[in-house]
Amino acid sequence: MENKNAIISVKNLEVQFRVRSRVLTAIRNVSFDIYEGESIGIVGESGSGKSVLTKTFTGMLEDNGSVTQGEIWFEGEDVAKFNTHSEWHKIRGIKISTVFQDPMTSLNPIRTIGSQITEVIIKHQNKSQDEAKKMAIELMDKVGIPNAEKRFNEYPFQYSGGMRQRIVIAIALACHPRILICDEPTTALDVTIQAQIIELIKNLQKEYGFTTIYITHDLGVVASVADRVAVLYAGQIVEIGKVEEIFYEPRHPYTWALLSSLPQLAEKGSKLFFIEGTPPSLYHKVVGDAFAPRNPFALEIDFTEEPPMFQISESHFAKTWLLDPRAPKMEPPEVIQNLHEKLSAKFKIGRELK
Amino acid sequence: MSDFSKNDVILSLRNIDIVFQKGKQFFKAIDNVSFDIHRGETFALVGESGSGKTTIGRAIVRINPLSKGEIQFKGKTISGKISKELDRDVIRNIQMIFQDPAASLNERATVDYIISEGLYNFKLYKDEEERLNKVQAALKSVGLLSEHMTRYPHEFSGGQRQRIGIARSIIMEPEFIVADEPISALDVSIRAQVLNLLKNFQEERGLTYLFIAHDLSVVRFISDRIAVIHKGKIVELAETEELFRHPVHPYTKSLLSAIPLPDPIMEREKNLFVYDAAAMHDYSKESPTFQELANGHYVLANSEEFARYKKEYSSIEAKIKETR
Repeated sequence: MENKNAIISVKNLEVQFRVRSRVLTAIRNVSFDIYEGESIGIVGESGSGKSVLTKTFTGMLEDNGSVTQGEIWFEGEDVAKFNTHSEWHKIRGIKISTVFQDPMTSLNPIRTIGSQITEVIIKHQNKSQDEAKKMAIELMDKVGIPNAEKRFNEYPFQYSGGMRQRIVIAIALACHPRILICDEPTTALDVTIQAQIIELIKNLQKEYGFTTIYITHDLGVVASVADRVAVLYAGQIVEIGKVEEIFYEPRHPYTWALLSSLPQLAEKGSKLFFIEGTPPSLYHKVVGDAFAPRNPFALEIDFTEEPPMFQISESHFAKTWLLDPRAPKMEPPEVIQNLHEKLSAKFKIGRELK
Repeated sequence: MSDFSKNDVILSLRNIDIVFQKGKQFFKAIDNVSFDIHRGETFALVGESGSGKTTIGRAIVRINPLSKGEIQFKGKTISGKISKELDRDVIRNIQMIFQDPAASLNERATVDYIISEGLYNFKLYKDEEERLNKVQAALKSVGLLSEHMTRYPHEFSGGQRQRIGIARSIIMEPEFIVADEPISALDVSIRAQVLNLLKNFQEERGLTYLFIAHDLSVVRFISDRIAVIHKGKIVELAETEELFRHPVHPYTKSLLSAIPLPDPIMEREKNLFVYDAAAMHDYSKESPTFQELANGHYVLANSEEFARYKKEYSSIEAKIKETR
């Protein structure tokens, strides 16, 4: 990034949920910056805390969850201290908008598409009905809805899944937010539609210059959208760096494991690598490196002491004892070495033809 | 790659049409689809939502009736009206694995019951002891423990639930499994486990799969042949590697161009190719037919298109030779 102004600065964040009488620690001491204008990908398995993390930016945690420690700085304020609706209403949907996974549940099925877009414009921008309608149709055009004027009065069920997600994006962008959080926006969609939505988000980002936070469990998607990637495991960032660093020079065994299990890389007839076991229960205090029990590269110290964040380059950090100077030198698994060469050999020919 | 074309045909679809009717409206979901699946192979059916891929899977297990054509299993017609005996034979020998492991398991039944249900229906056990042994063996084969028998589906993770779904198909000792997007709803790390599991079963038991998916990259690893389906019609069919090297139909190309690759450089160079059926084909003068382009590689085209695809094909062939 040429521009290194942090738009969001997260410091020692801890998020806990009360589930019956037990306490679940979903985010465990996370610190990182999100830079203005960048696109950052947050990757992790279900339950890693990737959605919880970004929900804290807009005050959308479920009722039984709260920020128990740490700070989230945005526009000179620590939003982690917010506790009234009116405080959040200044930010949510105006400065930070979210696009969720399932466009059918984000839209109201019994109201027209048009009214759902104009509602946001009228509420937040004090426009008249006519002005709002004009703006809404422009937005629909922008997100690639053909015949926007005609389709303005249609209902969500008359739209396909991809078109609905475009509408959700239009609503999210209606107030020109500074940050767009995309929470698995394409997981429910076909690959062809997914590729189109990703392209749309990238183009809109170029035009409007907002910052994108892209949450997904799919490393293929991250490779196409992100400038930087944060890998989340059991409520912690275990590796963060530029997208090239994460894909071509990953250093954390968990990132190795995630990359190794991708079917795109597998040779036919061979066995796909998979991560043994399950993530640790976050109801209990995690001792040592949370990934240690599933990590074939684990050292003795991983089971007793939590590793610090080691710095690898100016932009690349990883939380693993393997980076300690005293640790034995480990090579990443063979499958993920020379990733670009391998994937080019497998996919380039078929892809280049038009 | 092993060649299954010499094996006998286990399942054969002959010119099938499936038409859905709602009031006076008719919707042709499947339009003249034919293909053969050979014993021991994994045949993938790939297309977007609404393409009819699941409808075909459901027609094979006799959930959706055909409007035209027929389906044969081991040489016997299994579509339309069939004898009770054959019906039971089909139910036992063709099993289905569903996409959503949460919705496809009875949430009020224990794992023991869910897995045994087929055994009960077909009396596939001598006594209680044998039944229990079978259930335990099935659980073990999918990497679950016998202590899981008394639990309910909600106590399991998505990946474990999908393995319960696989266990209940496997216990019937079927010859053919229709796997309808079995990994789409799962996390990346769990997908790998389920794919390995399906592969193991195939090696051990000589199973044949129809694997339904929307993502070509996943299918490449597991399947021997791929049929690409669009709006109820098969537009291209070839051996897996052949299809990845020489895609000719524009829809196949659009699917290939959309695959998300875990490679930032290739993603940056990605040229998204959007398929527009109306603009790309002119079928006003001549309708397309399903023709063989190269050995075992079929494409839906009219004669003008076919000539063009043929030319394109040989130029790719030349290019590949060059790069070697």
